[in-house]
Order: sequence, then structure tokens, then C-alpha cells
Amino acid sequence: MRNDQTLGDYLLAQGVSRRGFLKFCSATASLMALPPSAVGQVAEALAAARRPSVIWLSFQECTGCTESLTRSHAPTVESLIFDAISLDYHHTLQAASGEGAEAARIAAMQESAGEYLLVVDGAIPLGNPAYSCIAGVSNLEMLKETAANAAAVIAVGTCAAFGGIPHASPNPTGAVAVSDIITDKPIINVSGCPPIPVVITGVLAHYLIFGTIPELDALGRPAAFFGQNIHDRCYRRPFYERGQFAHTFDDEGARKGWCLYELGCKGPTTYNACATLKWNEGTSYPIGSGHGCLGCSEPDFWDKGGFYRPIAAGLWGSHEALLGAAAAGAAIGVGSALAARARKKKALAEEETAS
Amino acid sequence: MTLLDFARGPALQWSLIILVVGVMWRFTGTILLGRKEDLSKPRRNTEIRDGLATIFRRSLPEHQFEKKIRFQHAAGYTWHLALFIAVLFSAPHILFFESVLGFGWPHLPNGIILVTAAIALALLLALLIRRLSHPVQRLISNADDYISVVIVIIPLVTGILASAHIGARYETLLAIHFLSVEALFVWFPFGKLMHTALTFPARFRAGAEFGRRGVKA
Repeated sequence: MRNDQTLGDYLLAQGVSRRGFLKFCSATASLMALPPSAVGQVAEALAAARRPSVIWLSFQECTGCTESLTRSHAPTVESLIFDAISLDYHHTLQAASGEGAEAARIAAMQESAGEYLLVVDGAIPLGNPAYSCIAGVSNLEMLKETAANAAAVIAVGTCAAFGGIPHASPNPTGAVAVSDIITDKPIINVSGCPPIPVVITGVLAHYLIFGTIPELDALGRPAAFFGQNIHDRCYRRPFYERGQFAHTFDDEGARKGWCLYELGCKGPTTYNACATLKWNEGTSYPIGSGHGCLGCSEPDFWDKGGFYRPIAAGLWGSHEALLGAAAAGAAIGVGSALAARARKKKALAEEETAS
Repeated sequence: MTLLDFARGPALQWSLIILVVGVMWRFTGTILLGRKEDLSKPRRNTEIRDGLATIFRRSLPEHQFEKKIRFQHAAGYTWHLALFIAVLFSAPHILFFESVLGFGWPHLPNGIILVTAAIALALLLALLIRRLSHPVQRLISNADDYISVVIVIIPLVTGILASAHIGARYETLLAIHFLSVEALFVWFPFGKLMHTALTFPARFRAGAEFGRRGVKA
């Protein structure tokens, strides 16, 4: 897509029909919880949008977020929109390397100062700058430098949004989230491990249409996508209500598609759009494939006592502590009974002496 | 650490420790408490049978003032039964017990648990109102009675709300439910809720001692 081309021109050139484009606009408006009357405005704004400059920084991450986007499925209008942004720096996807790559980032920062979007995936290690560097520049330094003139920051994936797996106990690198470092810019947390591709394109579409960031929840996530928990939207919910649970991954309940609550499903405490948008062109999502939700879009999901531990189960220490408590209680009881007997004996002796 | 993590973790561990220490202290202390030796000749040697019979007999709703306390008896039995069903046969509760005890048992559907919990709550509230409005009951009630009733009501309310997902996000409701149960654990050994552990041993002992003297307890 050329810089002077609008998104509408680009999509038309790529063979996307007007009907297909309007279907996408309707879906986007619906995803963003906009009224049906806003579809026209969405279509108009998207068709006229010019490609915004995007700098994508990858820090302590596994590239799963990029994989999720680029390998999700065959090109769709969503992925074409993603192609239509000016992705000026992404060290996994860009052809340039070394100084040329860094020069592209600096050039984009200078040419679109105050206007470019900064997308970050991966956590930032604070323990030692050398834990994660790009071209000799620490993640912390690069983030601060690049965020300084960004219009907004999109923290893609749970690592960037909340620290994610690098932040998991004992957090050897001192990993933190983007929002722990950048405090003077609007930050949109698109959490998930990885996040749903259409959520990322939905956020980009919102920015293209309105030029603002969408309404966020208390954790800085787009409320339209993270407003409801998986459990409330899960197709297995009726089995939960009826008390029909799979006890193992290969029992009768599992084969019949019963609720996975007993197998540690974190759906009731996880807010994401997996149960509604699903993955792979709406094919399925983890619960649909027979595995409980891991709660990957929530902070510290790695440290919730285990993926297969039900959320109703305690995260307490050990039975030894309770055995020790029982022994201590019994000892106190024996001691108090002996003391009571001694007092009684003494009182009787005093009574006898007095009489 | 989120509120739910705190409730499932340190708060649970410490409340359970306090519960176990307190119950063992009260139980051991009461059992080993010195009693005056009974020097009389036993009328019959059926102490164990008399003790067990008394546990059963005193559980029956027969009382010389039965007509006046019929509601109290019926409500008392029903709410205790409903509470036991809600506590012991709810699937999430069994998962909790399994995490502490290492074993579980079959559960009932959520709908049945919700109904029984609602019955227990309604009856407990009715009994609390009766306690507050009845002049004799009010006179013989102290802070322990009211604290013990309220500390059972709160987990019932929070449990129903968490189960039905009403009022707040599920994780918040679940955390509050955990914390309310943990407050009950802490209060349990030190208040009248301890009757749960001492009622049957007390009845057994009374029945055995009365039986030794040839008296029906």
C-alpha cells in the first residue's frame, strides 16, 4: 500500500468487494459495541483512512503474538487492514537487519513524531539491561526512547500488558509490563497468550476510525473485547449449572463435552473474547477443543496454583501445617486441662486445711 | 496478589490453622477436664449404650414445651439440614474439601444447592428475627449468639451471590465468599459454633452418667 493510498483504495485494489468490506465494517462495529447506525460511519472512516505509521517492538517474548497474527489463517479483510498500516519496524517481519533496521525505526520516529502507534510485545527486564538487548540497546532504553513521541502504545500479549511468563515467580529477570514504565501515554493492553488476532485489528480499526483509543476496563484492556468472562459466554455453561463435569480428560464427561471446571478451567475468572470470537476463523477455542481455559489474558496467570487446580480449591501451603496446628492445639488443651486439675486439687487442699 | 489469591492462599491457610488449633484446644481441654469421681455403685453397666441412646433421643423433636417451640424446632432442623446439603454437596465445595482432605464425593446440581442455601438463609433470618423480637429469647441471648448467627449468614449470602453471579465480578464474589468462610473458621472454636464439635460428645457423656445412676437422660 502506498502512503498516499487510502485504505478503501487499497482494499479495492486487493480484490475486496464493497459487500465484503461492509460486512467487515458491520462486524467491527458490532465487536466494538457500536450501534448499527454507526456502520456507515465506520465504513466511511475506514475507507478514507490513510496508513498510520506503526513501530512494533519485541522484548522478552516468544514471538507467539506475531505468529498469532501472521499465521492465523488465509488473508481476510482483517489481515489486509493489518497489511495496510505502515509497519515501519518489526524485527521479526522486516527484511532489513542490523543498522539498517534501527535506522528505519529512527526515521519513522522522526517522520511521524507524535503520530505513530507503538506496538510492544514482550516484557521488559529491569534486573539487568543485558538480559535483553536489541542492537546493543536495552529493552528499557528502547521502550522509553520510542514511546516518547508515540501517539499511543498498544501492549500486545500478556507479557507486554502484565509481565506475563517472564514475570512469573520467581521473575529472575525482574520483568515488568509496559505500563510499569510508560506512564504518560495512553496504553491499550491487548492481553492474551497470544491475543486473538481480530482483537488487535479491532483496536487498530478503532484507532483508524475515531483517532482515539477505545473504552478500557480496569486493567487497561478494550472493554468491548474483555468485558465479559469466558464462563458467562461458554457453550458448556449449561453443564456447569446442571452439575455435569468432566473429571478427567478422557472420561465420559469429557467425551460428552461437559464442563471443565473440575479440571481447572479458569473461565469464570478470565475476561476475553475467546468464547465469542474464537480462533482460526471462528472455528474453536481451547474449551471447545476439550481443554480448560488457562486464564492467559489475566495478570499473573502463571502463578495461580496450577492450570489443573480448580479455582474453588485453596492455594494454601501444606497438610503438615494443619497436623502441626492439631498437635499444638492438643498440647494447649492438655496443658489447660492439667492446669485446671491442679487448681482444683489446690482448692480442695485449701478447703480441707480450712475445715 | 489479587484479593482472590489472598483469600485462597494466606488467609485460608491461617484461618484453617486457627480453626484446628482452637478446636483441638477446646476439645482436648473439655475431654480431659477433671470430673469428680462418682463413688456410687453403678445401677447398671450400660454406659455406652445409654450414651449413644441419649445422642439419638435428644435429637428427636420431642419436648415438654413442644407446642410453644414447634416453629423453632422445625426451623432449626430444616435450616441445619439445608446448610449441610449446601455445604457438603455443592461441586465447588467438594473441590475445596478435596484440596484440603485429599478426597471428594458426589455432588448435587447447582439448582438444588441454590434452593437449599436459600432455604437455610431464609430460616436463619427468621430465627434471628424471632430471637430479636421474642422477649425471653432476647433476654437469654448475648453477643456470642448474634455473632455466631451473622457469621453463618454472611457466607450463605456471598455463596448464593457467587453461585448465581449476581452483584459483582465472579472473582470478587468468590474472594468475598472465601473470606467470609475464613472469618467463620476463625470464630468457630471461640464461640457457640463450637457446639458442632461438642454437642454429641456432651450428650453422650450426660447419657452415660445418668445411665450409671439408673436415670433416663
